[in-house]
Amino acid sequence: MGDYILEMNNIAKVYGNGVVANSDVSFNLKKGEIHALVGENGAGKSTLMKILFGMEAPSRGSMSLKGKPVSFSSSKEAIGEGIGMVHQHFMLVESFTVAQNIVLGMEPQKYMFVNKEQAERFTDEISQKYNLKVNPKEITKNLPVGVKQKVEILKALARGAEILILDEPTAVLAPQETKQLFDELENLKQQGHTIVFISHKIPEIKQISDRITVMRSGKTIGTYECETVTEQEISNLIMGCEMDTSITKEKRDFGKTYIHTEEISYKDKSGVQVLKDISFGVKSGMIFGIAGVQGNGQSELVDLMTKRKSIQEGKILFEGKNIENLGVSDIRKTKFGYIPEDRLDQGVSVSESIRENMISNRLSSRLFNNHGFLNFKNIHAFVEKNIKSYEIRCTGGHQPVGMLSGGNMQKVVVARECGDEPNILIAEQPTRGVDIGAAHIIHKKIVELSEKGCAVLLISADLSEVLKLSDVVAVMYEGEIVAYFDQTGGLDEEKLGLYMLGIKRHEAEQIRKAVNQE
Amino acid sequence: MSRERTFNMLRTAVSMIAAMLVAFIIILFVSEQPVESIKIFLVQPFSSRRYLGNIVETAIPLIFSGLSMAVLFQAGLFNLGGEGVFFMSGIAGSLVAIWFQLPFFIFPFVCIGVGAVTGILVMLVPGVLKTKYGANEMVTSLMMNNIAYGIGCYILNNIMRDPSVSSLVSYKYRKAALLPTIISGTRVHLGLIIAILCVVIIYIFLYKTKGGYEVRATGTNIRFAKYSGIRVTKVIILVHVIAGAVAGCGGIVECLGLHKRFEWTSLPGYGFDGAMIAMLANNNPFGVVGAALFVGYLRVGADLVNRFADVPTEMIAILQSLIILLISAEKFLHKYKQAWIEKDVNIGEVKNEGVF
Repeated sequence: MGDYILEMNNIAKVYGNGVVANSDVSFNLKKGEIHALVGENGAGKSTLMKILFGMEAPSRGSMSLKGKPVSFSSSKEAIGEGIGMVHQHFMLVESFTVAQNIVLGMEPQKYMFVNKEQAERFTDEISQKYNLKVNPKEITKNLPVGVKQKVEILKALARGAEILILDEPTAVLAPQETKQLFDELENLKQQGHTIVFISHKIPEIKQISDRITVMRSGKTIGTYECETVTEQEISNLIMGCEMDTSITKEKRDFGKTYIHTEEISYKDKSGVQVLKDISFGVKSGMIFGIAGVQGNGQSELVDLMTKRKSIQEGKILFEGKNIENLGVSDIRKTKFGYIPEDRLDQGVSVSESIRENMISNRLSSRLFNNHGFLNFKNIHAFVEKNIKSYEIRCTGGHQPVGMLSGGNMQKVVVARECGDEPNILIAEQPTRGVDIGAAHIIHKKIVELSEKGCAVLLISADLSEVLKLSDVVAVMYEGEIVAYFDQTGGLDEEKLGLYMLGIKRHEAEQIRKAVNQE
Repeated sequence: MSRERTFNMLRTAVSMIAAMLVAFIIILFVSEQPVESIKIFLVQPFSSRRYLGNIVETAIPLIFSGLSMAVLFQAGLFNLGGEGVFFMSGIAGSLVAIWFQLPFFIFPFVCIGVGAVTGILVMLVPGVLKTKYGANEMVTSLMMNNIAYGIGCYILNNIMRDPSVSSLVSYKYRKAALLPTIISGTRVHLGLIIAILCVVIIYIFLYKTKGGYEVRATGTNIRFAKYSGIRVTKVIILVHVIAGAVAGCGGIVECLGLHKRFEWTSLPGYGFDGAMIAMLANNNPFGVVGAALFVGYLRVGADLVNRFADVPTEMIAILQSLIILLISAEKFLHKYKQAWIEKDVNIGEVKNEGVF
């Protein structure tokens, strides 16, 4: 046992709402390895790492680091023992420079002031030492995601991290950036660092890791040498069974243009041009995919289309009707569905029941509303039907949505938005943070809707999702549509990546085709 | 959910018991004959029809103010304007009760109507400021309390004051305007029925109607409500109207039920009591009735030890503050909750929750 740098034995964690995140987890690390921790969302990976990093206290179990038992009551203690974590959502002060972020909390001092030069020199030094190139003077806000991630890694290394936990580091990266990250991780490994790599993208895991620990529903299924298992085997271990997640789409003709946007431009509060001349059209029955690295104007575009922001320039037409002067509630009265990017923020009310969450957008419908009084019989029937057809795992319609796993919560959202067969569906990252099984059901439902004539606008950073579902694909980069593909045959992630990073760009004429005129 | 709810009820119960224990400790310190005093405090309120009546009549205005606060809290609005509304609608209703002349079967209801409308107008000020200018409703409502008090005092002093009485009170109400007593041997008046009616109506509104659903959705997640197409501005205004009407009824009902003339010379304190009652009741309309009766019982008990033993009534203020403190402290008893949950869940045998 002596060769393990870290051992976690029989860890269990129960959260305050009764959710069992870890039930009997054992996990160990060898010094100098890249260890992948895989499993579906909700399998308990993040919880386990939070325990290791001192952010959560385990309900049961023990940990030992370099042979001596440890327990952390805060992240500070974990950092002190040489553990570092790069969170999925970066913990950086956006208005600080790179150097300021890296020395935060351990600033070199000169009398009572921060010694800026020394901080920058220090940043340069570690940046060179670990071959992670950053400019210490740059303001963090202006950096691309990939570089921010480097800053995060450096921040951990600067605090003496020997064990580095990366929580889904590739989720926000384009394929080319991922490749670079892997080179950097290899380099860190050569220097003797131990890396825990959380992911659910199997090809990546195969490529980068030495050993793999698979988790499923709060338990460890096993730890494997990477060479000894195939991608398919890993997938089966994660799922617990074999599953076919392919989608079959019927070939079909597209109908009228339901969504039409004309030269939308938008400037944010600080005057930055976030959207520029966006024109496209989505026809009935069509799934129009928008690919792009997050933060290239996609969420602003959706905000304009869903009236969270008001239109500055250009026009948006839904079924031929200009939506400029309509409010959210007016749009909601038409056959319109919107799956929001962040379900916890807008998509659900966690303390309320599944039932209440499933009817929020159709309170005025004749079916549920009898002169102002709610028709509980119909509501009940509607909810039960959806729980069945979306296979929502719950104890019943009365269960608070907050008790559900991410995937089931998202199914509630999708069921609500697709419930009365809308003509227009805006799906923004519909399966982000959702397990494979739930994602498959959601994909199937979206395709089903489009087959019934719904115009679907799919915005996603998950390229495999975009390629799997879309009939046509546009790529957004820095607020513009830079590429348009009128079919997805022959497209792959690498190819899209080039446009997403702004390396290549289509001719204006090709982009103009996105309008999809009848 | 049931576990969550059971825990909330348990926490409320523990808070109440803890407050009682503190009451005993205070009595032990200040009283010459503590055992006797505690007995009076606990048992005496139930000893006669008259004292039982006292509990109920104390609870009536508390039901109104608690209900008003519960509606506001359900919408996530922390408005403490019930205080000013009670005072102002008492004044407005009194004007009618003094100078109008109507038959007895509609007279009190006209007064109450005027009180309710006044309540709505006073309450709408913070509501409109909130929706129009994003002003924090707690700050504006507290300010409104002072404004309402100032205006009310002016009217009392310059228009309604009865010069034949040395203290600052209004002229007597007309007999026909008074709310009749409904239980003989007590002072429990018709206001009780009106209060219960309000409770039932508010309950139906909150849990059975579209409007109530919108109020609750706005309260639990306002971004979710907006996203779903609920007109949040409309909801906020509506909630202020309802809360104002209920608290307005409460103000004038209290005047017409218990007093023969307008007697408040300072803010009556019902606004803040309402916040406590709503918290105790977890914002449930029926819970409000129970909470109001409990507080009524404490007050009558405190009043009795004040009269028959040697413990000052001020003790009650300490008790109430303590209850609020314990109930609003989310983390109170949290450790036990966690242990309880962990024990409850059999860690070893977790089903494949969340996995397809």
